[in-house]
Amino acid sequence: MQRAVIHPHPIPPGSISQTMAAGQNPVPHPHTVATEVRNLCKIYNAGTSRAHEALKDFNLAIRANEFFTLLGPSGCGKTTLLRILGGFEPLTSGICRIFGDDVSVLPPEARPVNTVFQQYALFPHMTVRSNIAFGLEMLGKPRAEIERTVEKMLDLVHMTEYADRKPDTMSGGQRQRVALARALAPQPKLLLLDEPLSALDLKLRQKMRLELKSLQRETGITFVFVTHDQEEALAMSDRVAVISNGCLQQVGTPEDIYEQPQSRFVADFIGESNLIDARVARFSGCEAILDIAGFDQVHADVAQDLAHGQPVSLSIRPERLVLSAGEGEGRGLATVFDRTYLGNAVEYHLRAGDHALTARSPRGGLRGRQDFAPGDTVHIAFEPGSIKVLLS
Amino acid sequence: MSARPLALSSRIPPGLARAGLLWPSLAIILLFMVAPIGIMFTYSFLTAAPYGGVEWTFSGAAYTEILFERDFLDDSLAFTPDYLIIVARSVFQAAIATVLCLLISVPTAYYIATRSDRAKNIWLFLITIPYWVNLLIRTIALLFVLRGDGPVNSALIDLGLISQPLPLSYNGFAISLGLIYSFLPFMVLPLYSAFERFDFRLLDAAYDLYASRRVAFFRIVLPVMRPGLIAGSLLVFIPSIGSYLAPDILGGGKTLMIGNLIGTQFQAARNWPFGAALSMILLTITLIVLLWLARRAARQQQLN
Amino acid sequence: MSTARMRDLRTFSGFGLLSVGCAVFLYAPIVFLTLYSFNDGRSVSQWTGFSFRWYQTVFANQNIQTAAVNSLLIAVTAATIATVLALGAAIATVNRRSKSGGEGAYVVLTFPLMVPEIVTAVASLVFFVAVGISLGFVTILLAHIVFCIPFAYLPIKARLEGMDETLPSAAADLYASPAKAFVRITLPLLVPGLLSGWLLAFIISLDDFIITALVAGPGATTLPLHIYGMLRLGMTPEVNAISTLMLAASTALVLLSGLLGQAGRKH
Repeated sequence: MQRAVIHPHPIPPGSISQTMAAGQNPVPHPHTVATEVRNLCKIYNAGTSRAHEALKDFNLAIRANEFFTLLGPSGCGKTTLLRILGGFEPLTSGICRIFGDDVSVLPPEARPVNTVFQQYALFPHMTVRSNIAFGLEMLGKPRAEIERTVEKMLDLVHMTEYADRKPDTMSGGQRQRVALARALAPQPKLLLLDEPLSALDLKLRQKMRLELKSLQRETGITFVFVTHDQEEALAMSDRVAVISNGCLQQVGTPEDIYEQPQSRFVADFIGESNLIDARVARFSGCEAILDIAGFDQVHADVAQDLAHGQPVSLSIRPERLVLSAGEGEGRGLATVFDRTYLGNAVEYHLRAGDHALTARSPRGGLRGRQDFAPGDTVHIAFEPGSIKVLLS
Repeated sequence: MSARPLALSSRIPPGLARAGLLWPSLAIILLFMVAPIGIMFTYSFLTAAPYGGVEWTFSGAAYTEILFERDFLDDSLAFTPDYLIIVARSVFQAAIATVLCLLISVPTAYYIATRSDRAKNIWLFLITIPYWVNLLIRTIALLFVLRGDGPVNSALIDLGLISQPLPLSYNGFAISLGLIYSFLPFMVLPLYSAFERFDFRLLDAAYDLYASRRVAFFRIVLPVMRPGLIAGSLLVFIPSIGSYLAPDILGGGKTLMIGNLIGTQFQAARNWPFGAALSMILLTITLIVLLWLARRAARQQQLN
Repeated sequence: MSTARMRDLRTFSGFGLLSVGCAVFLYAPIVFLTLYSFNDGRSVSQWTGFSFRWYQTVFANQNIQTAAVNSLLIAVTAATIATVLALGAAIATVNRRSKSGGEGAYVVLTFPLMVPEIVTAVASLVFFVAVGISLGFVTILLAHIVFCIPFAYLPIKARLEGMDETLPSAAADLYASPAKAFVRITLPLLVPGLLSGWLLAFIISLDDFIITALVAGPGATTLPLHIYGMLRLGMTPEVNAISTLMLAASTALVLLSGLLGQAGRKH
């Protein structure tokens, strides 16, 4: 009896998918949802004393064709979400759809989804070629088609000359490419990548970022990428979901996430931020005037409604603090207690009353910027538009 | 979709599949190993039938018999040390074998562990072969060289060191040598793997802090190796104490150990309850020692 | 040179000599036994010339042949059944998410290793007599299967534990059903463990004397039992010859398992 499988390429009536081959994926409507989870809950060891809620009433939609990243610290639930999408982990409640089909109870082999595992999980007893062919064989593709696809995949990841080697004779970067080729060969509707770059050294990691991004563009397959490295997330993604403690914190483009953090967590986790406690002095429409202890009042654009006297947090990126020796437009005084040379920038650690602040100047002292030494008293100003108001 | 999606829940429940895989082996061991020991335990409290087997009358006689002899006429109990001597001899022989194996194995295992990879493999192979070679054959080989007219005595006579063959076989000495010969590889191999894991930088540190070679070995190497030494010792002590072949073949049947005593109860003298009681005692000693070792190992693991 | 050469700081004087002594102690009896199996005379102490005559005697002996065939038959059957059982047990006890109950199963599976052989031997005898299974080939086989299980189980378990547990997940991800994932991925990767488990069980079964001696009954005999019987009549050149043959067989098996282990490590 035929096992019920949602094939990677079901054949919708009149669809162009019949002629599809690698690199020729149809371009679905930009707002087609590739996968979504609704009211998803995952509790490990439910009903025992060790019960742990990994995902809490989670809602997320990932669009077709995008390079989507799940970003968060370890243990935040991002890998759990990926494993649920892959079918490796049963969900406790909620629903999980892939291109409209409910896949919540389908085992991995019945999902049109492939995974690049963290340590690659290449089959050690098989050659590169057999590894790549495995998924196609399991799908019962004809011999000739398998051979054709494998060659194409080997070419795609530049591994043709290694086709008959075994995985354990290859370097980390090469294994990474094989794992990618193996997962892409069956033309999945969704490619899941579980921290695939974490096992590589820095140089190789940076090179693979570019390769991954271009692979995604070439194949047009929706990538769901899990990482705890924010730089990686910002560099590669079309959109990023920041997850913390089993909850979705914010979804948006890398620019949105970096420039417009909507919570203390996001502001703190993505890049570096100075977080300062403040109180609303005045609020009108989309502008607020805020009191900061030890500083002059500051202005900020706000998107949310605020009440007079409400305590809020202000987030300011270190590179947007302006230090000067003269008074100028300074908002407050601070003392430099440490100066760290970073090569392309200089970082100053400052103390202003109860606040510990960090400022970063590109190549401090040059191009008209002044340099300071520990012990110096400086005036601090904020670049226009640099203050983000977060509800405490 | 044409077919109903195959739900996770419609597969064979994982618990059931696991039980199906696990239980055949468990059942065989429980039925043919654990149950027989249960029967033995029961038999040790029954009365011996005249021609082997048991009569279903409760009796603690099997256990008292180890220390006392019942007088035929007045039914009084008199202390007889005969069986106690055999038990003591077993413990003594096993202890001697263990200590001598330790003395031989520690330097050997250390030496092997500090060789180059190539030499190491050759040495390991040399030790592994006797480990797996048939124990009966190895015991016979030892008897062959220890006999009155065997190669050892012939060589000594030819050299003019002795005029009469030394009594090397069929005595306690032969049993000791036999136990060492049988179980020496059991000690060398685990000690070797312990020395392999030894962090030799500790030795450098000891020399750096003015330790002599002797001090470094006794104060640093051996204490660090303690768990390995204990494990190796038990691997020799446990099979030695219940050994059957070495005393049987090399002891010439005169100098019995507890293993032979048990065997005899089920063959010639045919006192099953007595044999069962002795087996229970041997098993208890063994399990206590193993349990102690397991708890030690668990504690060690917790500490790390 | 005036300055003494600095010794390797790891070495201790005398250890090498002791190690050589240890090897000589282990091998001298085996070598002498082997040597005298080629002696021409009936004497086992006087060397009278080289000959294969005792091997011819051994090969011509119908009883030895029967015993050898029995031994092989029992060892192959017991090792095979034990390996199949152990494979199931290993799969069931490794890779389980919840650890509860695992220790219990492990204790039972390795229990035969903890019981002194003589106790196992008499317990098996008592059991077979109590339940009325007549002693013979079947009882030997049953007893051997029991003590072979842990020897087959431990290498398979080690191999399974050493296996990357995401591999079956990866197979499922690539559309393999659980059965296909087992046959195509798990089983091939387990082959070295299965082979060394089988070999261990086989060697242990061939090696056994005391358990077999007690449950064999009057009819059935194995090679160790037969050799032991021959020994009752004293040391004879035939004993040397048959012992040498068994030595050769054991050595070959150890070599084979060593090679298999090396091949397994390469994977």
